[in-house]
Amino acid sequence: MLDLQNVSFGYSREQTTLNDVSLSVRPGTSVGLVGESGSGKTTLLRLMLGLIRPTSGVIRFGEESLDTGNSAFMQRYRRAVQPVFQDPYSSLDPRQRVIDIIGEPLRSLRIPGDRTQTVAEALEAVGLPLDAMRRYPHEFSGGQRQRIAIARAIVARPQIVLADEAVSALDLSTRIRIVELFKTLSEKLTLVFVSHDLGVVAALCEEMIILERGKVVESGKTRDILAAPKHPYTQRLLASIPRMPA
Amino acid sequence: MSPVETSVSRREQRHSLALTVGLALVGVNLLVALLTLFWTPYDPLNASGGRLEAPSLLHWLGTDRLGRDLLTQLMIGARTALLVGTGAVAIGATIGVSLGVLAAFATRIADDVMAATLDILIAFPTLLLAMLVVAASDSASLWTAILALGLAISAIVARLTRILTKRVLRQDYIVASRTSGTSWAGVVFRHVLPNIWPTLSVNFALQFGLAVIAEASLSYLGLGAPPPNASWGRLLQEAQGTVYTAPIGAIAPGIALVALVIGMNLLADGLRDIGDPTRGRSR
Amino acid sequence: MTALLNIQGLCIRAGDKPLVSDLSFSIRPGERIGMIGESGSGKSMTAMAATGLLPVSIGVSGSIELDSQQVVGATDRVLNRLRGAAAAVVFQEPLTALDPLMKIGRQIAEPVRRRLELESGKASKDAISREVRDLIDKVALPQPERIINSYPHEVSGGQRQRVAIAMALACRPKLLIADEPTTALDVTTQAEILKLLDQLVRETGMALLFISHDLPVVAQVVERVIVLKNGVAVEEGPVKTVFGNPQHDYTKTLVEAARLFDEALGATGS
Repeated sequence: MLDLQNVSFGYSREQTTLNDVSLSVRPGTSVGLVGESGSGKTTLLRLMLGLIRPTSGVIRFGEESLDTGNSAFMQRYRRAVQPVFQDPYSSLDPRQRVIDIIGEPLRSLRIPGDRTQTVAEALEAVGLPLDAMRRYPHEFSGGQRQRIAIARAIVARPQIVLADEAVSALDLSTRIRIVELFKTLSEKLTLVFVSHDLGVVAALCEEMIILERGKVVESGKTRDILAAPKHPYTQRLLASIPRMPA
Repeated sequence: MSPVETSVSRREQRHSLALTVGLALVGVNLLVALLTLFWTPYDPLNASGGRLEAPSLLHWLGTDRLGRDLLTQLMIGARTALLVGTGAVAIGATIGVSLGVLAAFATRIADDVMAATLDILIAFPTLLLAMLVVAASDSASLWTAILALGLAISAIVARLTRILTKRVLRQDYIVASRTSGTSWAGVVFRHVLPNIWPTLSVNFALQFGLAVIAEASLSYLGLGAPPPNASWGRLLQEAQGTVYTAPIGAIAPGIALVALVIGMNLLADGLRDIGDPTRGRSR
Repeated sequence: MTALLNIQGLCIRAGDKPLVSDLSFSIRPGERIGMIGESGSGKSMTAMAATGLLPVSIGVSGSIELDSQQVVGATDRVLNRLRGAAAAVVFQEPLTALDPLMKIGRQIAEPVRRRLELESGKASKDAISREVRDLIDKVALPQPERIINSYPHEVSGGQRQRVAIAMALACRPKLLIADEPTTALDVTTQAEILKLLDQLVRETGMALLFISHDLPVVAQVVERVIVLKNGVAVEEGPVKTVFGNPQHDYTKTLVEAARLFDEALGATGS
């Protein structure tokens, strides 16, 4: 569905943030992009969202290649691929009502249908009450805000949701609930989850790609990598994760 | 979360008191100004009493050195002040916000050039700039002064807008808006403008006060609008010679000026809260 | 042995909003305690209160005895003597905990000089310089010369946190309070810093108060744990007991959530 082939990106000529990255997102298979700071995962996400263009390599969506200049294509792409960001406090416009926040994709992508009804369905899908529509972001907690952001991402019924550290800023008890929400939603769409937290990725994604300094060092089924990590970086990463006492 | 906010309720009380006073002061001026469009106690141009009469039942504030009713001139002065303040801010805001938003989107080089130009313009004292413009034009009319002040204000507004816009553009909800398919124009009108409004509105209110004082200064120096447009500045200048014998001639316009500017400043906070769903409170 | 830090009935409020209610616990010399809580639990507030670092607008009542000295209501003079010598703090965000305009060498030298002056009245440049290098070595920072002459933004996050730990150690505190010291760091860096803290605390015999929201992280460095919810201590006990057999509902939720992610990772030691 979404393929990156030998994609590289550098903000300047000397500095390459991503080097020859290839990955495939297949319908129905959730993928985790794991990396620490400096791994290039944020850049990778921005490339997949069509916000920046790769310096080399190709990104294919279905049969077509991702052309950020083609507005008709981008309309279709945006309808199919939606993001959820990390910070629930900066990803919602504080001066907009929830109904307008969630309804923005419907409006901008000119999706037909009763907007209020569609927003209501999205709210229901994320477990928020209908009266949230008239309220403002500051009236909600971090976890609830993230639900609003997720509602915005799914309102246009996308094929892929790209989550960028979507639970990292949440408390543990909230985190588990949002992870459960993502799990439920991933039944109807394909989830690409970027995170530095292997535990979260392990709980959500069938497949995993490990990034180190702009390169893919390991990829494959999550279960397999966790059981027998091949690359030394993956091994070090796994060994570093603090575990619960037995 | 840092709970350093102490007694939010006390701050809110102070807030609403300031707002009420500000609203009252500006409101009075506005009403008086509107009134003068239809009626004034006396004819502002011609003498209606003896020279420098003291306040009496006939002339509430007395008369000036030419026998004209002071109250009438004061009221018309309110109209002038409000016209200048609103006009200058309107021009300054329109030009300034447009330039500022464009600058925020400009590429590095263009942005640097614009920022530098703005800084140079701002370095010029508003009053001096206005005087230059007025002196350069043939007709010393009210509109020349308003235009001059508006241009001076636009530089400051542009710089502020540029910084505020840049800050907003860094937020995740802007990226989210773009990925929702919204065009840059849509982003500006739907997200940028509403979010920069709080700080901008306060600035507008402050600029209003500055414009009023600038115009009064221009008139004081004789560069302002000629009669029948009365200006508090001109009244002050005319009252100069007789400030010891007929102090009311200077006190009245002085108080009027101060009251309007203070009122606008107090109103500034209120303006910011209008349309702010969080009512100025941080999350 | 008298407790190093003895907190009894601590109440912290901002205006009329209670942040911490009736909190009591104590730390003996050499003991390692963890404070677990989510945002709004009051854990950071407690840490700040213990060293008298809360702003005046925040009301503190109850008793906080640090090294047998009452902290609540104490004057700045008394507190200044306590801070550093009795307890030193390492904060979460190393970038803001360090002065961005001062070279690292100078920043570490500050608490060193202060301690030397307090102890022996004077502090020679050599003595200070020697100790700074010593500390840099203790926190396993490579290339001491480069570090000493660098500004905070020129070194990595993990290195900055090591610098912060060095500065805390410079005071030779009896109690080290670490408030989410590894939350802003990468997982691999976190593991190194935790190991470092563990080692240092053992070597120096310091007591440790480790505050975090991350259960497995806390479990790595402490023996006893206190669980805070909305400013109230809901459970307390040895790590193995609290994590293995949580009594309070809230603790149960936290432990369950942590175990869920832990189990997703598969068996340990792969």
